[in-house]
Amino acid sequence: MRKEMVSVVSQKEIARNIFELKVKGDVVSDMTSPGQFVHMRVSDSFQPLLRRPISICDVDLTSQTLTMLYRKEGAGTSLLSEKKDGDMIDLLGPLGNGFPLDALAEGKTALLVGGGIGVPPLYYLAKQLQKRGIKVISVLGFQSFEDAFYKEKFEAVGEVFISTADGSQGCKGFVTDVIKSHSFTYDLLYSCGPSVMLKALEQQVPSASGYFSLEERMGCGIGACFACVCHVNGGLPSDYVKVCSNGPVFPIGEVVL
Amino acid sequence: MNRLAISLPGLDMKNPIMPASGCFGFGREYAGFYDLSVLGAAAIKAATAEARFGNPTPRVAETHSGMLNAIGLQNPGVDKIMEKELPFLKSYNIPIVANIAGSRDEDYCEVARKLSSHPQVSVLELNISCPNVKEGGIQFGTDPKTAAELTKKVKSVSSKPVYVKLSPNVSNISEMAKAVEEAGADGLSMINTLLGMRIDLKTRKPILANKTGGLSGPAIKPVAIRMIHEVSQAVSIPIIGMGGVTCAEDVIEFMLAGASAVAIGTANFVDPLICPDIISKLPELLDHMNVNHISELIGGSWKECEVPSLSR
Repeated sequence: MRKEMVSVVSQKEIARNIFELKVKGDVVSDMTSPGQFVHMRVSDSFQPLLRRPISICDVDLTSQTLTMLYRKEGAGTSLLSEKKDGDMIDLLGPLGNGFPLDALAEGKTALLVGGGIGVPPLYYLAKQLQKRGIKVISVLGFQSFEDAFYKEKFEAVGEVFISTADGSQGCKGFVTDVIKSHSFTYDLLYSCGPSVMLKALEQQVPSASGYFSLEERMGCGIGACFACVCHVNGGLPSDYVKVCSNGPVFPIGEVVL
Repeated sequence: MNRLAISLPGLDMKNPIMPASGCFGFGREYAGFYDLSVLGAAAIKAATAEARFGNPTPRVAETHSGMLNAIGLQNPGVDKIMEKELPFLKSYNIPIVANIAGSRDEDYCEVARKLSSHPQVSVLELNISCPNVKEGGIQFGTDPKTAAELTKKVKSVSSKPVYVKLSPNVSNISEMAKAVEEAGADGLSMINTLLGMRIDLKTRKPILANKTGGLSGPAIKPVAIRMIHEVSQAVSIPIIGMGGVTCAEDVIEFMLAGASAVAIGTANFVDPLICPDIISKLPELLDHMNVNHISELIGGSWKECEVPSLSR
């Protein structure tokens, strides 16, 4: 975890309001764990004030290049989308704990389930798992065809199933509908997406073991501000975990969604 | 001579800079970024008698040049703080400001008694200004009589100096300040956050689960400056100033307003290195202002000029 000025290598819109931002810097060498995130300032002033947490989507350790995907939504991500090649960005990272890679032995199968802007961290995970000889099945859910991204990239590392809420691509419905209609055999489930999706997954496959990566509004991103806490299943009412520093990846069932 | 050294009741500080309570946890996170021994002092997160989870999420919402928070005094309870958190800070050898909160007088007194007897705690900061809890907190900080009574009780059980953290959510802050000074407060810290709200256009509901939250960050700095300017002339106890500080120039402005030391809050979330950065920039700024010692600046905006400046 360190703070560094990184330089923008490229930026492009790859789907509706979804931007792919590549940056370069020494700090990228630390980004070896998929599921971790970075926290970036989008302005040199204090407006907007807070950093933006963005997940690590891919890393090229040789060229020290980090790829991030984010959805342009508010003032902060709009400013970020205006960054041009050569611009410098104040980046803090890598933060949090990623998906454990050694949880599966070679030859086992991982089911990756991503929803919307929760899909990006699963890409770096898929690549790392495949490299370790683990079979990867990816189920990716989007609102519609225009919002979908990285299908081909995921296809390069395993089988891919797409769902869209409006049915414009793949299966009509949600990721849970895809899982319902296919009887996947897998050893561990890895998922990242909105908490409604994670909750639905938890209910639909209660026996599943694996890992969830959570999204929550953050302040500092390093565990100091207590903005992003969750209750712990089976714990005392005062027990908690911080999504930023204890997570964002947790074993399924550990935290109250 | 250390041009930045400031000495206040219970606080011998090598510089006037401390992270503000609630914005620094118990120091562990920031220790990964810099050597905490460079700090003038450190104010740790509020302690209550029992462990508190705090409010549901979302707990933060960004605002123009600021943020709202409604954490709700989450902390592991005073006993665990003394057992698990304070020992971590020991090796840094910096004065510790222990913030104390509660719902009832007895709770405040229990926490005050325990923390003030801890050898690592230098002073207590009596939190009567948290806007984010249903009971306690701000209800003690908006009525001068209630605030004075609590101050008196806490003073009577505390073996260390007590600074009272004032809320800006009052119509007459000098009256509050004078009331707690008369009740025996050794110092003040101000300001806590301003009560605010944001509404989500999509859901048409407040963004924060708690609905309201405390506004902090650069947006509130002028309010803090005005209040410190006013209160520092109304009382004779020192003030730890805070509210939207982001740079060394802000520190000087707070001291000119009347603060004797300055706490950095929200800016720690934006830049974890903000405290050491500000500390390192202060000497150069003093040179530039032809100021020999930083204490000469305290109240400089309203005091008669004691040291002739070069421009005269």
